[in-house]
Amino acid sequence: MDSRAIIAELPRLRRYARAMLGDRAAADDLVQDTLERAWSRFAQWRAGSDLRAWLFGIMHNLRVDQLRRGGLPTCGLDDDAREVPTRATQNDRLEVMDLESALRQLPDDQREVLLLVALEEMSYAEIAAALGIPIGTVMSRLSRGRERLRQIMDSKQSGANLRVVR
Amino acid sequence: MSPLNITEDDLHAYVDGALTPSRRAEVEAYLVLYPEDAERVRAYRAQNEALKALFNPVLVEPLPDHLHALTVQPVNPTVNRKKWPKLKSWPLQQLAAGILVAALGGVAGWLGHGQYQGVERMAQVVPLSRQAAVAHVVYSPDARRPVEVTADQEEALVKWLSKRLGTPVSPPKLGALGYELVGGRLLPGNAGPVAQFMYQDATGQRMTLYVTTENAARPETGFRFAREGEVNVFYWVDGKFGYALSASSAKGELAKVATAVYDQLDAKK
Repeated sequence: MDSRAIIAELPRLRRYARAMLGDRAAADDLVQDTLERAWSRFAQWRAGSDLRAWLFGIMHNLRVDQLRRGGLPTCGLDDDAREVPTRATQNDRLEVMDLESALRQLPDDQREVLLLVALEEMSYAEIAAALGIPIGTVMSRLSRGRERLRQIMDSKQSGANLRVVR
Repeated sequence: MSPLNITEDDLHAYVDGALTPSRRAEVEAYLVLYPEDAERVRAYRAQNEALKALFNPVLVEPLPDHLHALTVQPVNPTVNRKKWPKLKSWPLQQLAAGILVAALGGVAGWLGHGQYQGVERMAQVVPLSRQAAVAHVVYSPDARRPVEVTADQEEALVKWLSKRLGTPVSPPKLGALGYELVGGRLLPGNAGPVAQFMYQDATGQRMTLYVTTENAARPETGFRFAREGEVNVFYWVDGKFGYALSASSAKGELAKVATAVYDQLDAKK
């Protein structure tokens, strides 16, 4: 584990944390905690093994701890964010805004697996190893997460259409 | 369980490109028969793309100092620990505006700028240096799958990329400067395919050359330099080609390689 290897992983850790938590400051705090824990345990990391999977595993465990303590700062989409100045295709804007908020509505464990698949493009086996769960659990969380996200987006889509009618 | 024994897991593995070619063909045959599942698969794929478009901009954000400081081992990580003041909350408004354009076009490499552009005008929106930097950050750290086609099949790589870009492209030889070709891949650009060649030096440091053919409308430029997050980029436009060389190495080192690349491409004309 050296600085260059860590610098290479940082953008991805930040992207994932941002997608998981939604809030920039909270996400960077989580990345900071992850790096600190990684350095304090780097003797446990075996040279040559997958640094990324190890770091994501640490981040996952930190998050589980945070949730257990219940002290996790969260930040929903504030209402002002919906008042973005409009352009011609309002439906499109709403749709994209809604992806972010729909993602927030997924249970943590489903969102986590979905993001590791969609953003990190980790294999199902890598995710199972990083999260310490059986691969069957990875698959069921992925399946439920994707379907739930689809349904939220579908229902929002029809709602959005109604909202923008003048 | 369907007549073809296609399971829910197969459908997800299909979405994520994790099936063997023969199994993939079976799933495709199945989807023809089951349009509802085909629709789900289409929606799940769109989710993957939209999520990337939404969050990829984070990849090139400059690192906050307190994170950068942690890329070297702290003297005493437990005692040295400081809690940093919370940043102001994410400027959602600005980001959302950029994001929507990205998701519409399905351009995973879009980097949020608060611009309100029609979809049809997207082609000019993402600067070459940024596109290249994102592609560099996404693929160069990958230990196992940094490229689609490796350098030992260089001939096939050149043939394939030339065919997809519709014009001959080939990776410059940078061995004299200490950079060996790792391989290359095809990527989505603003309006069509672009190519990325990856090089690596003896220490494992990687450098990528991003080649687009989407620059017919742009005037030619000399060398330009951009710093995108942690990545340094030299880029230039030459005829219909746009080139961008990205690495985290120092500007001087990168300039030296960029000059060599330019000279080689120029000699071919």
